[in-house]
Amino acid sequence: MAENLGVLFQWVIFLGVAFTSIIASLLVITRKNPIHSALFLVLTFICVAVLYVLLQNQFIAIVQVIVYAGAIVMLIVFVIMLLDLEEELRSGMRLLYSKVLGSLLAVLFLLGIIYSVAASPLTGQQGSYTPERMSANVKAVGEVLFTKYLFPFEIASILLVAAVIGAVVLSKRRR
Amino acid sequence: MVLPAVPPALYLILSGILFTIGVIGALTRRNAIIVFMSIEMMLNAVNVTFVTVSRFLQSMDGVLFAFFVIAVAAAEAAVGLAIFVLLYRSRETINVDEINLLKW
Repeated sequence: MAENLGVLFQWVIFLGVAFTSIIASLLVITRKNPIHSALFLVLTFICVAVLYVLLQNQFIAIVQVIVYAGAIVMLIVFVIMLLDLEEELRSGMRLLYSKVLGSLLAVLFLLGIIYSVAASPLTGQQGSYTPERMSANVKAVGEVLFTKYLFPFEIASILLVAAVIGAVVLSKRRR
Repeated sequence: MVLPAVPPALYLILSGILFTIGVIGALTRRNAIIVFMSIEMMLNAVNVTFVTVSRFLQSMDGVLFAFFVIAVAAAEAAVGLAIFVLLYRSRETINVDEINLLKW
């Protein structure tokens, strides 16, 4: 009975978060004011962080909140305020047929995803990270990150340095 | 009566829906910053897929991939927004329909 109650809570949280994230992401792409879009983007990212907790990955959930909802959206909001954008005019939302076609193709793609997910169950080689081992999540991530993925980790540090230098060089005023 | 746990298919379908909303936003909006936000949403949806599959196959690889995707997204945000600031300085607009210097 107690286990059933836990699963019921899982369903309630999953469905609530799923609907909230879908509605928030629809609002991101329909609001005219970019600041409103950015704030709904934060809501979407936090909903996805809750999904990560449901999937028993607390580390990725916290990184999601810090990096996406904290750093990236803060950068976006700063740039929106720096640029002083006029709102898109209503005539700017007129539907070109290429846009309608692109959206239709995207929806077809979604139907393809749903079909392929529903048609076959998730198969593959089961790894060794059982939910019991995943409860020490940061330890498990660190074990893999610093052994099997050490080289990509170093490459990521080079990428971040290149991005920092690129951003500084780009935003320096030329004379 | 025993309630089954949330199946992985629902997580994957949710991530597909978020990805599609991101694609539609990137295709239909003309403000470059909102196109950028849509691309971030698409990256995020792919991360959900990675973490879901890694959870249900009890492997760690998907989680690490999601971690690297987040690192790349952060780098992309820094450079991309610097480019937007530069574009606005030289062209006074970030409307993607008017930025067509590279169009053939």
